[in-house]
Amino acid sequence: MKKFGILFLALIMVATMALGCATDGESDGGSEEQIVAGFIYVGPTNDGGYTTAHDNGRLYMEEQLGDAVRSIYKENVPEDKGEVVKVIREMVDQGANIIFATSFGHMDGLIEAAAEFPEVKFAHCSGYQTAENATNYFGRMYQARYLSGIVAGMKTETDKIAYVAAFPIPEVIRGINAFTLGAKSVNPDVEVHVRWTNTWYDPASEKAAAEALLDEGCDVTAQHQDSTATMVAAEEAGAYSIGYNVSSEEAVPKAYMTAPLWNWGAYYLTAVEQVIDGTWTNTPYWGGMDEGVISLDEMTELAPQGAAEKVAEVEAKIISGEFDVFNGPIYNQAGEEVVNEGDSMTDEEMLGFDWFVQGVVGDIPESN
Amino acid sequence: MNVISFLSAVVQAGTPLLFATVGEIFSQKVGNLNLGLEGMMLMGAVTGFAVGYGSANPILALLGAALAGMIGALVYAFITITLKGNQEVTGLTLTIFGTGYASFVGSSYVGYKLPENVTEAFAKVSFPVLSEIPVIGDIFFKQSVLVYFSYACVVFLGILLYKTKYGLNLRMVGENPAAADASGISVSRYKYFYVLLGGAMSGIGGAFLSLAYIPVWQENITAGKGWIAVALVIFAVWNPYRAVAGAYFFGGLDIIGFRLQKFSLPIPIYIINMLPYVATILVLVLMSIRKSKENKAPSSIGRAYFREER
Repeated sequence: MKKFGILFLALIMVATMALGCATDGESDGGSEEQIVAGFIYVGPTNDGGYTTAHDNGRLYMEEQLGDAVRSIYKENVPEDKGEVVKVIREMVDQGANIIFATSFGHMDGLIEAAAEFPEVKFAHCSGYQTAENATNYFGRMYQARYLSGIVAGMKTETDKIAYVAAFPIPEVIRGINAFTLGAKSVNPDVEVHVRWTNTWYDPASEKAAAEALLDEGCDVTAQHQDSTATMVAAEEAGAYSIGYNVSSEEAVPKAYMTAPLWNWGAYYLTAVEQVIDGTWTNTPYWGGMDEGVISLDEMTELAPQGAAEKVAEVEAKIISGEFDVFNGPIYNQAGEEVVNEGDSMTDEEMLGFDWFVQGVVGDIPESN
Repeated sequence: MNVISFLSAVVQAGTPLLFATVGEIFSQKVGNLNLGLEGMMLMGAVTGFAVGYGSANPILALLGAALAGMIGALVYAFITITLKGNQEVTGLTLTIFGTGYASFVGSSYVGYKLPENVTEAFAKVSFPVLSEIPVIGDIFFKQSVLVYFSYACVVFLGILLYKTKYGLNLRMVGENPAAADASGISVSRYKYFYVLLGGAMSGIGGAFLSLAYIPVWQENITAGKGWIAVALVIFAVWNPYRAVAGAYFFGGLDIIGFRLQKFSLPIPIYIINMLPYVATILVLVLMSIRKSKENKAPSSIGRAYFREER
């Protein structure tokens, strides 16, 4: 019996070795100078939200470039300097030429590793530090939020829209403001009611926050949260919803209208192509709808009549550069004109947003 | 603020806590501190969802959830009762295991929605007659069947614990296992039975979240509710009736922040999030000051029972 066991193990070993050789042979046959792209994820690839969106981008890039690139990734990498450096060393060992780190907290580790491996290129999502061989990248999500605001503003009958938001940081505040400006552009009476959950991901809290807003008379929901719980609350209350990150028509068919989406593939493809061509630079990337990194999901039948046309019209203006979301005049909650007619906000101003525009109902907690 | 709709939401938020807390009270009453609540809740939540998704049968989904919680509890029971292992460590391990199990099984269900007939079975329904009572009816009797089931569990288990021979025996096992053993009670059998009961109730508590509250599968759907339930057991001083008040109080604190934000009170949300734990500490302090016999932890809690050592 013992002998059989050993024989069995030996067979498995031979089989794995054969398989290993087979895959090696395949990739070697592709191209001699195959580029290796490494991806560091903060969550699992199947989180159905943020990391899924990044992973879809990786797969898209791989599909487009075929044999010219091989990608490797590591899930659930904590936002801890030492861990990030360790993962990067492993990836460089495996031949990585460019490494993408997808979460804000990966920044310090990435910058440290960039100094250690000057021949490797690094890119960090949502951060602000750069080095000779390290850059950062993010998307102008506010553009798609503005468009989703148009849909919500046309849909609401009570003129009260719920917005379940994670943390009072500039990224989230910018999204709320853009959404509100979009909603007000089609419905000047609209109010956007904000609730902070202080978590990116906690389905039960998100739902409780949404329920509070729905009880107060909101009939459309929007969210800066990673789960579908807000939309589930909307569906139960007979209200309608705007999602985030990924399309959710399957999950909440009776509420889902559309969602602002990330299409990281567009950026990953360009960045890896630049590495292949040798044209890669450390210029930070903040792409918008014109580059396809951001989009609004196709609208479902629940979207209000005429919304698709209106959105298409504004989208075309955003893409052509004729219109920008934060063009003056923009008023704050107190009704003061903060951005004058004819002016528009600079990127620095947008990256440091700490006030709400007129039409938002809610406070920004001072602790942040 | 609409008070009735808020209180109705409080009952909803408190229900998963109530199931887990009452289950844990019984586990602790026989002397077994099971810190694996969070794990068992997640096991129940994901199994209930998977079974409900696969079979489209709400009853099977609920049984699956209870069974999953019991299997988690069985592992814990075998290690702590039969092998007399350390209860804290085993419980923590169970939490880690259950979290991993839920991620693993749930990974193929992320974003999927339960079939219509399952969600309908667990949707809010008006309880006949009782829902007509003004205010009370709106708050307590326009809820999911699982909420009604939680009321029934509390009443049944409360009577069992305080009014029957079995209740007396199980309390004796927790207070003084040697005496219970000497009087002919099978200590192991009682311990196994109530630890498994605790597991089943935790599983159902988790399943309330995935079957009734948010019937779309989400990673880590419990988000720490199992730990709150551990604190709640102390808050309720091991009394299933007080657990009802405690669960709704903690559930209410969990969601009141979202209702208060409207009024722009100068209280940071973090303070409100802290309240359940502050309340638990206060209860512990009060209990040790009063030192009443009823309001203390079962004496043998946390210790394995060795017959040879009595």
